Amino acid sequence: MKDFLFELREGFSISFRAIRANKIRSILTTLGIVIGVTSVVLMSTAIKGIDNAFQTGVASLGSDNLYIDKWEWFNNDVPWWELRNRKNMDLQDYEKFKQLAKLPLATAPTVWSFQGVKNKDKVVDQVMIQGTNEEYIKTTNLSFSEGRFFNELESNGGRNVIVLGSDIAKTLFPQGYALDQEVKLKGHKFKVVGVLEVQGSWVMGNFNPDKQVFIPIQNVFKYFQNESFRSVTINVRAKNSQMVEATKEEAVGLMRRVRGLAYNEENDFSINQQEGLLNTINETVGVIQIAGLFITGLSLFVGAIGIMNIMFVSVKERTKEIGIRKAIGAKRRTILGQFITESAVICLFGGLIGLGIATLLSLIVNQFLPTSVQIDAVILAITISIITGVLSGFAPAYTAAKLDPVEALRYE
Amino acid sequence: MNIITIEHIAKIYQVGTEEVHALADVSLKIDKGEYVAIMGPSGSGKSTLMNILGCLDTPTKGIYNFNDVNVSQMNDNELAKIRNKEIGFVFQTFNLLARSDALHNVELPLIYAGVPSYDRKERAKEALAHVGLADRMHHRPNELSGGQRQRVAIARALVTKPSIILADEPTGNLDTKTGEDIMALFNEIYEQGNTIILVTHEEYIAEHAERILRIRDGLIEKDEHVKARYIPKKNGESKI
Repeated sequence: MKDFLFELREGFSISFRAIRANKIRSILTTLGIVIGVTSVVLMSTAIKGIDNAFQTGVASLGSDNLYIDKWEWFNNDVPWWELRNRKNMDLQDYEKFKQLAKLPLATAPTVWSFQGVKNKDKVVDQVMIQGTNEEYIKTTNLSFSEGRFFNELESNGGRNVIVLGSDIAKTLFPQGYALDQEVKLKGHKFKVVGVLEVQGSWVMGNFNPDKQVFIPIQNVFKYFQNESFRSVTINVRAKNSQMVEATKEEAVGLMRRVRGLAYNEENDFSINQQEGLLNTINETVGVIQIAGLFITGLSLFVGAIGIMNIMFVSVKERTKEIGIRKAIGAKRRTILGQFITESAVICLFGGLIGLGIATLLSLIVNQFLPTSVQIDAVILAITISIITGVLSGFAPAYTAAKLDPVEALRYE
Repeated sequence: MNIITIEHIAKIYQVGTEEVHALADVSLKIDKGEYVAIMGPSGSGKSTLMNILGCLDTPTKGIYNFNDVNVSQMNDNELAKIRNKEIGFVFQTFNLLARSDALHNVELPLIYAGVPSYDRKERAKEALAHVGLADRMHHRPNELSGGQRQRVAIARALVTKPSIILADEPTGNLDTKTGEDIMALFNEIYEQGNTIILVTHEEYIAEHAERILRIRDGLIEKDEHVKARYIPKKNGESKI
């Protein structure tokens, strides 16, 4: 063991000399590994960023939530034309369900519409307007930076009140103080009663509460579309995660009753939940991961071949040196170790440079996708580059170690 | 005491379908403290004999005892160990590592012997001082003259305190005067009790030794004692 450490240390100092003596070649050789490691690190942090974003997005749906809807959200078990032929859900369905359901913590109807939201000359186009009632807030984890959600009175009375998502509020009221101000939706005035805190989930797009506004559901039907035209979604929140399954079973039974289905008819509604989305996301991330691994693996492989090639050249070129070293007592494993160490050190340099580049690039990528190079990516990069170095250095080092000292000394 | 005992060794190379007997049948003994020159024209087998004596190669047949250890059947690593500890090589072309300075070149055998860094540096410096190059320690081979390079090589050969110094045409790449300096240095090393084996094809160089082995066609043609040994004068470069 002590011998091994000693040889390792000498191997390091020998390889540093060799690398210093061949600076340009070493840099060029390293390039392949630099690119390989950069892509590995970048890819792994990007994948992690995507995954994180998806996960927080999913979490914002709430793991205890069920969404009873005409549409199947995530699975494609039912063909879309059958979904389309289902009867729309309406507020009566919601009212009946709410009265019958015992298990949910809260149930709220939602319906959406895309409209521009205006504060004087400031406009946000195509905002997702969520029409709902006062129960809605209990089905979510949303919190407020200002104000409150609209109450039962405002909801039932169809008052022109509005709750703004943080992004919308920031755009319309850059100075803040949105509370009690008026905004216009399609020319109708609405009073701001609350502003949500930043939820920070980019991935859900329009489903991100930061980019939504909330108004009483009746106003959606009154101002924007016919009640018969839009199907209502019923948001159901279970009391806790253990109750999700029971709540779901109850909901299926009740909804069949509400919708007046005969025993031999299939459900004409779907119960959507986070799990479905999670599965879809995991599949997607899995595909991205495999593709990413393949691409980065390929670039590393190319880099490794470059290293191997240059190490073979190096061994050939230094045949005489190897002969001298063997003549004065270097053992096979010393020579083997020397060249493997050299290759590993070159790769390690490349890996560290790649890591640096990846860190810089991830700062740029971070503008679009929340990523940062974590300690595990650092360990990954270092491990991968050392392993690549050892593997690609082995064959050249072995040929060096096997050289016959007499032949090697004669080599010019 | 015999350092080297060789009994009926032969070295046969297979060239195509033909067998080449580089050494046919050689037996010889070399005592501790001897100064032996091996002479012979090219193709005589003297290089093969030197390679075997230096444990760089093994004989096809016969027994080679080095310090009473049979080295004729040893494997690569065992031979490397013997070369490292027991044999100091001096080559015609110096064979220094071009990218390393004199000190590191002299240190190298100690590195392979596993001597710790501090001790190693001391011993290497001492060996360099011994050959008169204390002030050239941090020069690379290309910054040294031919004679100085050969001195570095001699320091490298001496630094492990080997049983024999094996010099292969040590003056072959040097001018006459520098060559004489190097031979003077060998003489001093010999007088300090070291065993030297000198391979050469030049009669006047061989006459520095006290015994000459003449090789021809893979056999020892003559094994003679030198009656009037040539003792070189110091020209001043070495400072022993």
